[in-house]
Amino acid sequence: MSEGTLYDKVWDRHAVTELPTGQTQLFVGLHLIHEVTSPQAFGMLKERDLEVAYPERTHATVDHIVPTADQSRPYGDDSAEEMMRELEENVREAGIEFDSPDTGDQGIVHVIGPEQGITQPGMTIVCGDSHTSTHGAFGALAFGIGTSQIRDVLATGTVAMEKQKVRKIQVTGELGPGVTAKDIVLTIIRRLGTEGGVGYVYEYAGEAIESLGMEGRMSICNMSIEGGARAGYVNPDETTYEWLAETDAFEDDPERFDRLKPYWELVRSDEDAEYDDVVTIDGSEIEPTVTWGTTPGQGIGISEPIPKPEELPADKQDTARRAQEHMRVSPGETMAGYGIDVAFLGSCTNARLPDLRAAAEIVRGREVDPDVRGLVVPGSQRVQQAAEEEGLADVFREAGFEWRNAGCSMCLGMNEDQLEGDQASASSSNRNFVGRQGSKDGRTVLMSPEMVAAAAITGEVTDVRELEEVVSA
Amino acid sequence: MSDDAPVETIESVSGTGIPVRGNDIDTDQIIPARFMKVVTFDGLGEFAFFDQRFTGEDEPKDHPFNEERFQEANVLVVNANFGCGSSREHAPQALQRWGIDAIVGESFAEIFAGNCLALGIPTVTASTEEIGALQAYVEENPDAEIEIDVERELVTYGSGDEEKAVNADVASAQHKALVEGVWDTTALMKANETAVRETANSLPYMESDD
Repeated sequence: MSEGTLYDKVWDRHAVTELPTGQTQLFVGLHLIHEVTSPQAFGMLKERDLEVAYPERTHATVDHIVPTADQSRPYGDDSAEEMMRELEENVREAGIEFDSPDTGDQGIVHVIGPEQGITQPGMTIVCGDSHTSTHGAFGALAFGIGTSQIRDVLATGTVAMEKQKVRKIQVTGELGPGVTAKDIVLTIIRRLGTEGGVGYVYEYAGEAIESLGMEGRMSICNMSIEGGARAGYVNPDETTYEWLAETDAFEDDPERFDRLKPYWELVRSDEDAEYDDVVTIDGSEIEPTVTWGTTPGQGIGISEPIPKPEELPADKQDTARRAQEHMRVSPGETMAGYGIDVAFLGSCTNARLPDLRAAAEIVRGREVDPDVRGLVVPGSQRVQQAAEEEGLADVFREAGFEWRNAGCSMCLGMNEDQLEGDQASASSSNRNFVGRQGSKDGRTVLMSPEMVAAAAITGEVTDVRELEEVVSA
Repeated sequence: MSDDAPVETIESVSGTGIPVRGNDIDTDQIIPARFMKVVTFDGLGEFAFFDQRFTGEDEPKDHPFNEERFQEANVLVVNANFGCGSSREHAPQALQRWGIDAIVGESFAEIFAGNCLALGIPTVTASTEEIGALQAYVEENPDAEIEIDVERELVTYGSGDEEKAVNADVASAQHKALVEGVWDTTALMKANETAVRETANSLPYMESDD
């Protein structure tokens, strides 16, 4: 059993009581909701004549179905319009703050919480979305829940949970050029497996993690769930506090910041904390990493050969064979040179300002391959606006990218942004599952925003470190 | 406030089986996102495993959910890390509405298993070998009854000399919840309102936000 970790401390402070099931009833400090997983929960509440217990601890946005081109109402897609109206009615009735697109604050739920400072260290944060783990980057205990649990949280401000084990993942050393947070997390999932984290919360530590900005930490925590861990976190530090000080929550209220900081410091894992497991990964050995298959665990360094299924552990062979067939890749080859049709720069993993800046640096002065459709979908309206003010939008547009409005977009293809037929996509998102990007025959290669930018230019999966040579060759 | 949450115990589930083979079957496969553009869960059953079951031209493909002999099945037998990926409760909702009452597998993704519990669907685990044998049995005997004894953590199938009783695992909270009928947590937790408020008030960040 872990002891003295941030997880233990936050858990203990939010534990209300033990339930007859042996689960703990845990107070929820922040409940984020969106249009896809909440309407049924509000429906269940109405059926039982219950009200939202803590509307002031609840915050709503619209992201999954929102169109990223024409956002005039009613939306072109009737079912999207219906979901939007349902959300609007539910938040109005309950008195829940809602960042609708006309506020300028709308965006992907895991982008807006951190940027407004409503995501804070030492909080419990839940949302009906598995990528809620993102908020762990701030030292919060954050995890995704299902709709029946959303009902519980709406009705009671609490959720029933079993305590999990804690695995510390130390990423040591310094990252090489062209290597990003995304490459770290793809490497972690590859090493520990897509179900290696089941039953665990991941604590990310080590100098390669600590030297990352908040956005990089968010990219890593975001994909905890792809490794099976429902939550992942980084202990809060000066980087965290600097971010928070500039958010809406604290910029005009430095006293509040000063009052809360001791709590944030207090919940940090103790130096002598005990973990259920510790894993060390040498960050200096990681290279730009991409997926070759149809699970996020099927990743390789850009210069490494795609594995032979028969050389993988027995329980991975079948999945690997099916994945290679779907992706049309052969063992022994590298992924470099894999032709792509779409370059998608977006999602709650990698659509924040530094992601767009880094990708724009690659794109600047170059052109998207004529056979590639390039899309940039900022994570939020604020990111979009900042990127426009900085001139990044122009860089992307001039290169031939579509510059779109904020939302989940082609990460999961619930709006009009979808792959068609067997198109291959270089994607900065988090899931390469079959059908994930809207076409059952579509092929997704996960990678960092920089690598997406490089692939957009060359029309194939490209080692961003070699882009200069490739383009001039 | 009404307090009429259903209290139902689920000590066992019996019925015929349906095997869906493969590790890492994610929730995007169980219910593709485009079918989630709805504000209720009604009608999701017909979309379970939709893209595995139909071609782009809506022609049926080989899939157990399409096979006539499995249409009455209510016990789904799966492999490892079933239900990984998104938190969408639409996934177990679709399976339940298709007719699934219990799932036996090598392992389950956590959020998926929690969602199943909220719907009263046991997610019972057994070893790779035992699951392989059960899948083969179901394949051969689509009409034979399987019993998932949640309380005793046993899966029994076959008859006469061939009868097998497999030791299965039911996670302890799930066991207690289903056997004692406390898997619907809303009313249970609502009753602790005062304690919840006390916990909330003890948290530094809960000072007034204005």
